[in-house]
Amino acid sequence: MNLSRPARIALRTAAGLGFAVIYIPLFLVLINSLNPDRSSGWPPPGITFHWWADAWGNAGARHALVTSLKAGLGATAAALVLGTLIAFAIQRFKFFGREALSFVVVLPIALPGIVTGVALNTAFRTVLEPFGVGLGLFTVVVGHATFCVVVVYNNVIARLRRMPGSYEEAAMDLGASTFRAFVDITFPLVRSALVAGGLLAFALSFDEIIVTTFTAGPNTQTLPIWIFSNMARPQQAPVVNVVAAVLVLLSVIPIYLAQRLSSDTASGSRI
Amino acid sequence: MTKTAPAAGFVRRLAGTLHRRPRLQLSLLLSAPLTWLVLAYLGSLVALFMSAFWTTDTFTSNVVKIWSTDNFKTLLTAGVYREVALRSVGVALAVTVICAVIAFPVAFFTARIAAPRWRPLLVVAILTPLWASYLVKAYAWRIILAEGGLLEWLLSPLGLDGPGYGLTATILVLTYLWLPYMILPMHTGLEQIPDSVLDASADLGARTGRTFRSVVLPILLPSIAAGSVFTFSLSLGDYISVQIVGGKTQLIGNLIYSNITLDLPLAAALGTVPVVIIVFYLLAVRRTGALSSL
Repeated sequence: MNLSRPARIALRTAAGLGFAVIYIPLFLVLINSLNPDRSSGWPPPGITFHWWADAWGNAGARHALVTSLKAGLGATAAALVLGTLIAFAIQRFKFFGREALSFVVVLPIALPGIVTGVALNTAFRTVLEPFGVGLGLFTVVVGHATFCVVVVYNNVIARLRRMPGSYEEAAMDLGASTFRAFVDITFPLVRSALVAGGLLAFALSFDEIIVTTFTAGPNTQTLPIWIFSNMARPQQAPVVNVVAAVLVLLSVIPIYLAQRLSSDTASGSRI
Repeated sequence: MTKTAPAAGFVRRLAGTLHRRPRLQLSLLLSAPLTWLVLAYLGSLVALFMSAFWTTDTFTSNVVKIWSTDNFKTLLTAGVYREVALRSVGVALAVTVICAVIAFPVAFFTARIAAPRWRPLLVVAILTPLWASYLVKAYAWRIILAEGGLLEWLLSPLGLDGPGYGLTATILVLTYLWLPYMILPMHTGLEQIPDSVLDASADLGARTGRTFRSVVLPILLPSIAAGSVFTFSLSLGDYISVQIVGGKTQLIGNLIYSNITLDLPLAAALGTVPVVIIVFYLLAVRRTGALSSL
């Protein structure tokens, strides 16, 4: 489009402002972790690394981090299996309820987390508690996996759509069994989609708070829950600032990994 | 041969059976996910909404399993619920519109104005904040909007006041949180418009504004619809941001949350409101074909 010079400048400025607004809060979090002022006032009166040392020694935060990692890994593993199975079924077969299933997969992430959370909470308490399974890490993993399935499913089905079925047929013509063809041909072709989907699933789980609130029970604290319950405590504010800064810094890792994956799955669709 | 031979033979036979029977393959593929999604997830959702038709004993707070539509009557007649429901939908719509308005120039810049070699990097720049924690971002705004915070420091020389915590702050933070979800599909949509289409519009005498209205916007609508699924439904169910920056503001999520322990049936009835709205919204958006491009 032949835009006039002023229009171009206006768009550039607007985009620049947009990016500035997107990034300023994130930089502020980083700066604030070094702010000696307990109430996070602006401008910071100086710079201190004292809070970082404090946070390192904070048992609650460390424990919550470990719980979050466990929950994330468990949910990712379950989501990888379930999402891949659904993607294969929907892409390779025609069956009754196929459309409905592809809709149901999206539901857990589209419906408000509080509804999913309350529904699972009630179900867990009525179904699992009689068997002696209380709310805890296990129920958190189940809750997280429910909404993580969709990101794996989306990545895998996008790859399957682009993958000609003839590769597998060729392998079978050459004498490979169904399993052999899967291991040697199909799996290597969908592997990067699985990595991308798994990465997204882990990030979703690691960041989740609402469903976690309802599935965790009183003794299980993930990192978001820890942050949320300590956010309003002035005493803990500096440590929360440091944990927030660490999370901002850590978010570079998945971006780097996603960029290294092929472009069609690269984190473009976070759902 | 060694011991592995019978095992290998069994695997081979199993593979053959599976190959000859696609239905068996399908049922093996689907049994685990269907148990999980349909039985566990949909089952608990249905159970929750069934309980919306039960009532609560006002003295003991125990759920009484007698069928009644009282909760829905309360929902429709009590002014406070209607007000909060309308406010929540209003917030979700406002966030969606503001996101679309802000996202357009950003996406237009990244997709069509920036030098092509910079574009992948710009997409990464849009994506990056999505990986940063939701809570951290909301918390950052809590600090920015606080008394003595960054915004007050910026605005006070101009003689202005920041919005403080409240409804405006909630809309601001939700817009900030979901903005990348709107920019990305718009970027993809704008990137796919061929130059020739825009040139043709210009050749036929359309000015920039006219080209935008008659050519760009209609092509971009499915992308906006796709982005709006996130901005709308994520805003409608949110109750955490409201707690962090909303002050005393109540949205439907807060009402559900505050009723869960005291009156689960009423909470379930309240929960149907966003669910029904979102399901209709998704079905409407699906008709535009936007869901398949997510």
